[in-house]
Amino acid sequence: MALSLSNPARRRLRTLGFLSPWLVGFSVFFAYPLIATVYFSFMHYNQIKEPTFVGLRNWTYVFDQMPLFWPALRNTLWLVVIMVAVRVVFGLSLGLLITKIKTGAGFFRTAFYIPYLAPPVAATVAFVFLLNPGSGPVNEILGSMGISGPNWFNDPDTAKPSLVLLSLWGIGDLMVIFMAALLDVPKEQYEAAELDGAGPWAKFRYVTWPSITPIVMFAVVTGVVQTMQYYTQALVAGKVASGVNIGPGSVIQPGYPDHSTLTVPQLVYQMGFQNFNTGAACVLSLVLFAIAMAVTMLLMRKRSGLLAAED
Amino acid sequence: MPRWRMPTCASAALAAAGLLLSGCANPSVGSANDDPTKPVTIKFWHGWATPGEVKAVNDSIDRFEKLHPNIEVKATGNVSDETINQALRAGGDKAPDVVSSFTTNNVGQYCDSGMWADLDPFMKKTGLDKHKTFPKTLLDYTSYRGNQCALPLLADAFGMYYNKDAFDEAGIERPPRTMSEFEKVAKKLTVRSGKGSYKRVGFMPNFRFYQNSPDRLFAQWGPKYFDADGDSRLADDPSTYEFFRTATRLADAQGGFGDLERFRMTFGDEMSSQNAFLTEKVAMHLDGEWRGLMLKDAKAKFNWDVAPLPVPDDQAETYGRGFITGTVAGIAHSSKHQNAAWELVRFLTADTQQVVHFANAIHNVPSTFAALKSPDLDADPTFRTFFDILENKHSKALPPSVNGGAYVVSLGDFSYGVEAGRTHDLRKGLKKLDEQIDADTLQSKS
Repeated sequence: MALSLSNPARRRLRTLGFLSPWLVGFSVFFAYPLIATVYFSFMHYNQIKEPTFVGLRNWTYVFDQMPLFWPALRNTLWLVVIMVAVRVVFGLSLGLLITKIKTGAGFFRTAFYIPYLAPPVAATVAFVFLLNPGSGPVNEILGSMGISGPNWFNDPDTAKPSLVLLSLWGIGDLMVIFMAALLDVPKEQYEAAELDGAGPWAKFRYVTWPSITPIVMFAVVTGVVQTMQYYTQALVAGKVASGVNIGPGSVIQPGYPDHSTLTVPQLVYQMGFQNFNTGAACVLSLVLFAIAMAVTMLLMRKRSGLLAAED
Repeated sequence: MPRWRMPTCASAALAAAGLLLSGCANPSVGSANDDPTKPVTIKFWHGWATPGEVKAVNDSIDRFEKLHPNIEVKATGNVSDETINQALRAGGDKAPDVVSSFTTNNVGQYCDSGMWADLDPFMKKTGLDKHKTFPKTLLDYTSYRGNQCALPLLADAFGMYYNKDAFDEAGIERPPRTMSEFEKVAKKLTVRSGKGSYKRVGFMPNFRFYQNSPDRLFAQWGPKYFDADGDSRLADDPSTYEFFRTATRLADAQGGFGDLERFRMTFGDEMSSQNAFLTEKVAMHLDGEWRGLMLKDAKAKFNWDVAPLPVPDDQAETYGRGFITGTVAGIAHSSKHQNAAWELVRFLTADTQQVVHFANAIHNVPSTFAALKSPDLDADPTFRTFFDILENKHSKALPPSVNGGAYVVSLGDFSYGVEAGRTHDLRKGLKKLDEQIDADTLQSKS
């Protein structure tokens, strides 16, 4: 006997049918891991023996007894604010410049995009070599001009800015996105603005900016989420710059120099896979998740405010 | 924006997930009821990766299979501890039977959790007396609280390489034996080149230099690290203060931490032809036994020799000691062929000929008494210095811990602050370090 369904129910089923591939992916790769992370954050679990419930012990350990948690969180948030802001401004400026160029735009586009294709580890190792305070070519060139170069990755004050420089070198992805957005701005609007006597700044402020706001928002949100997970470059830069050999039997704390490049994801890995401390690793992951969620929601609200203001 | 509503199904999902998760966190359990004379295939995971090392491992397996025609060994190289941990947790047919680790840091966790099987019953069954076979230091770092879940598979000993030409030039007749001699000799060998830079330093004391992690030099004082209850006792041990004072004096004698650190930043990679000892930027150098072979291969342009690291003046009788670590091997708790796996572990760790062959092939220190005395061992006197360091009863390895050697990382971190002059009250700093180590240990205990 055929199942008789009312129209709305059938519609809902059809919708669910179309949604099911995403739903499966969402459940397996997001919802379940998130629930598991919450679950293990209240457990003592060394990944071998059965988990045992320990209440808030992992939470109090992370917030009260883990002195490296706060510097790591500070570094992560510093990178989120500064790196994302600088990358967006730099990427947008590059996009604006290249869309204005009449000849050789293709060459510049390629030249700025190519570094983005370099593997992050290789790019970081090369950067640490270039910026080596003692023997790096950058400081040698600065020295020949009579300028005493900074210690770059070897100084707690300049290590994070050096990472920002590294991220600007691989700005190709953002540049391309901004170029696509800038080329999408209707030409007629610029012509109309010119007829009204608008200068370059006024044209950018009243024509370009409103048109590219959604793309800027996209760049900021994805930038924030990516930077929250900043791991590889900071780890490689710290390790290579410190010169410490990580051979058999030696373990080191990431974050050289003086924890200035220590990020929360590095602590997550260290806790979870080196110290067998799954509970604390899950707490750290949840803190990151909560911050990323909060920042994204704030940005989304801001964006809807911006779009509403535009309407 | 609509307010978040928590549907009832979410709490149900959480409860269901809890049940599901607690179920999947069970490691599989193996057995030791197999007959090791029956045909069987076992899997061996190890960390060796260079072509020469892999060949040495495969040659060892060939020798084993000749002796045990019924056991086939499938070896997988270049495997990290993290990978082994995940595989043992999952268990099943794909997991290894025989496991090894390049570090001694995780032994405490392997034994404590039961992830690696206790080897004492196997030794008893097959008549292997561990105390007569392995030096005590090595037995200490392969067991945790009486559970011998691993055995040493060759060892690494640390000593001091020194540039003989630089010694002759400076009129120094023999390598220093005490810390006060060490300081004088280091100062004598240091050659400055202008303000704030060097042509050569006598000894680079900074803890970030190559193999200089603080636990290596600290071993010369014979530190205890933990009391009988397993609590950290660095602040209560006078040798901790003496160690930091000596490290500071060594740096000050050669121009201070700042200048030395700037000079250190100009050094090339440790494992390259730009190694600072090889390029004569450092006259005395703390390193392991492998360096000798590398110096020969690189055809060093100067004469060099090896000696034990100096010891504190008030412990002169312990001269000859050094820091010890090494590779460890054991049987996976999830293995269904534990008796066959034991045959391979026993062969690799305790068969004298095998240990000698393997030690010669990869230039590591043999880890059994019999192999150390074997006439077939590489006769190179510089290599043999490390055998003496290993056998010295005062030599020290790191005590095992339940959290992957987190205390070593914490000590290293603290030491970086001390050498840079950022720690003004050493006692207070060490007290805090002890508290930190204890909190980390407690957090990792079940």
